[in-house]
Amino acid sequence: MAGTLAEKVWQAHVVRPGEGGAPDLLYIDLHLIHEVTSPQAFEGLRLAGRTVRRPDLTIATEDHNTPTLDIDLPIADATSRTQIETLRANAAEFGVRIHSLGDADQGIVHQVGPQLGLTMPGLTVVCGDSHTSTHGAFGALAFGIGTSEVEHVLATQTLPLAPFKTMAITVEGELPAGTTSKDIILAIIAKIGTGGGQGYVLEYRGDAIRALSMEARMTVCNMSIEAGARAGMIAPDETTFAYLQGRPHAPEGADWDAAVEYWRTLRSDDDATYDAEVVLRAADIEPYVTWGTNPGQGLPLSGRVPVPEEIADEGARTAAQRAIEYMGLTPGQPLREIPVDTVFIGSCTNGRIEDLRSVAKVVRGRRKADGVRVLVVPASARVRLQAEAEGLDRIFLDFGAEWRNAGCSMCLGMNPDQLAPGERAASTSNRNFEGRQGKGGRTHLVSPLVAAATAIRGTLSSLADLDLPAGTTVDGSPLTPLDPHVPVQV
Amino acid sequence: MEKFTQHTGVGVPLRRSNVDTDQIIPAVFLKRVTRTGFEDALFSAWRNDPAFVLNQDAYRAGSVLVAGPDFGTGSSREHAVWALKDYGFRVVLSPRFADIFRGNAGKQGLLAATVSPEDVELIWKILETRPGTEVTVDLVARTATCEDVVVPIGVDDYTRWRLMEGFDDIGLTLQHADDITEFEARRESWRPTTLPARHLPPVPVEPARPVPLSLGTPRPR
Repeated sequence: MAGTLAEKVWQAHVVRPGEGGAPDLLYIDLHLIHEVTSPQAFEGLRLAGRTVRRPDLTIATEDHNTPTLDIDLPIADATSRTQIETLRANAAEFGVRIHSLGDADQGIVHQVGPQLGLTMPGLTVVCGDSHTSTHGAFGALAFGIGTSEVEHVLATQTLPLAPFKTMAITVEGELPAGTTSKDIILAIIAKIGTGGGQGYVLEYRGDAIRALSMEARMTVCNMSIEAGARAGMIAPDETTFAYLQGRPHAPEGADWDAAVEYWRTLRSDDDATYDAEVVLRAADIEPYVTWGTNPGQGLPLSGRVPVPEEIADEGARTAAQRAIEYMGLTPGQPLREIPVDTVFIGSCTNGRIEDLRSVAKVVRGRRKADGVRVLVVPASARVRLQAEAEGLDRIFLDFGAEWRNAGCSMCLGMNPDQLAPGERAASTSNRNFEGRQGKGGRTHLVSPLVAAATAIRGTLSSLADLDLPAGTTVDGSPLTPLDPHVPVQV
Repeated sequence: MEKFTQHTGVGVPLRRSNVDTDQIIPAVFLKRVTRTGFEDALFSAWRNDPAFVLNQDAYRAGSVLVAGPDFGTGSSREHAVWALKDYGFRVVLSPRFADIFRGNAGKQGLLAATVSPEDVELIWKILETRPGTEVTVDLVARTATCEDVVVPIGVDDYTRWRLMEGFDDIGLTLQHADDITEFEARRESWRPTTLPARHLPPVPVEPARPVPLSLGTPRPR
């Protein structure tokens, strides 16, 4: 029978089919753990006298609470410190591998899995974090779970899961210069809404998706949850295999050959049917920015803050009014004229080496706008080390940015990296909810390129706003293609 | 888990759509390592506003939350469910829930049931006109009743059964431990294991230091 990519991965993991409306019991190949959503799960195991069934399919790291400064000192916040120490104690007690603060493999859990080569096509991957959808970029079925489910996976290495629907999102053609995969996903969410993907696994397809690097694909899949989807997936291809080969946990020898042979079958059959289909033209995509308080409230940067009175739907109108008020904006205001206080470059959405390279290419040889705070937070310690090896840290420091240690940082402000009330940020992260980056903080979600241009000009900007000869970057190299694989020459 | 068949309590009209999990419980409250004690964290930012619904005496003892569409979007934090339960909520009604939130609620005995947008509007009007009115949610009959209005509620069969029986998922799954073992024997050898650990050389990571307030001059190295 013809099947979609998601259905094929699902079918390969059914331990026991559900009977009489009960969900299928699915096997979980990889369980990622962090400090925030796991302590109550381990406590549950302890109370029930249970063990971790497969420590060898489990890995922990510290990311949400960790400071990005002075990481060699005791963590100042007592509750954060307790939570991290609890994770360390639980990992030791239950025999789970952990990469702690200061370790070269510490970092945001969704970067750690891929960079170690643990995330691969055809796996089921779960984590007590909604951005687990990131790993779908490899053709894995990956989704966020709650703490009760974390406990369930620890105890049984399985999850009972209700069936999902499938949605194909096809992005045809070629992305215009100055746009990135972040703009693709912001455009998709603006189109289908924050509930548009509810109950679905999204499969991203089309030329524009195929042309993306692995890291750019991760950005797209990362924000699937922002459209309400269970997961996002991209069929594996040569780009996927090239990224994986040689990584520490990638299969070797005969295992590699067997894996690749299987992975090549992980694509939706030509005659497979989806429950819903959405098509976007890449040529229509511009640099996107959110103006409101949910990720679906986004527009091309060339647009203006919506005028609520012009919105027909009552619910959307009320939501827009509330968002504009919270964000301190004026209806009809050009988005390009919005000044920011802070630029945050980082997170599991856009904190990887290619993101940092693309920012460095834009800001190199420049100074940030006066009064703007610029925070560059690599997704993992390995990303930081790589960036330093390429001299990117010098470029950021010369620009006037702060160069931090790895973690979730200002994406959700669980550590000291927060917005003050009323402070406005252009952020490469994934959520612009009220207070997400700090109580009363105001967030505009943007791509790394928009973040870089905004840091230079002080107002929301794209590369097109920089006073450069058309089609060039600050260092005079052609604007397109902006090849993120190529290190910046220092 | 406590069995759930029927619940009657004060209805709280939350006239908002896209109530995300950062609103239900901000991240700063997620640092605790316990499963309880989150009642103060619920809607923490909104509760600073005296006009917020839960700050009005008639709704303070509410246990049935009636919200707009796309409730519980965003983060997977089960703390959102714990905070609602700790406050005293047993039921949330909304036209549409985020998947992870609904799943988390089901595991914790909080009923997250769908009601059509028109019916939510009907219930809102009653609760706003006569604050303190009770709502009865009957899982057996699959209905919500508010005064003379009786509306159907949506909840999937499996969740309903588990809630009514008070079953614990892990216990149910462990009845099939043999199936799991059998499945594990069939797994391909290319699938990764985290142990023994493999990684690149463990090089030292230099700690970043705070930048002096005189921003603008790059730090010497």
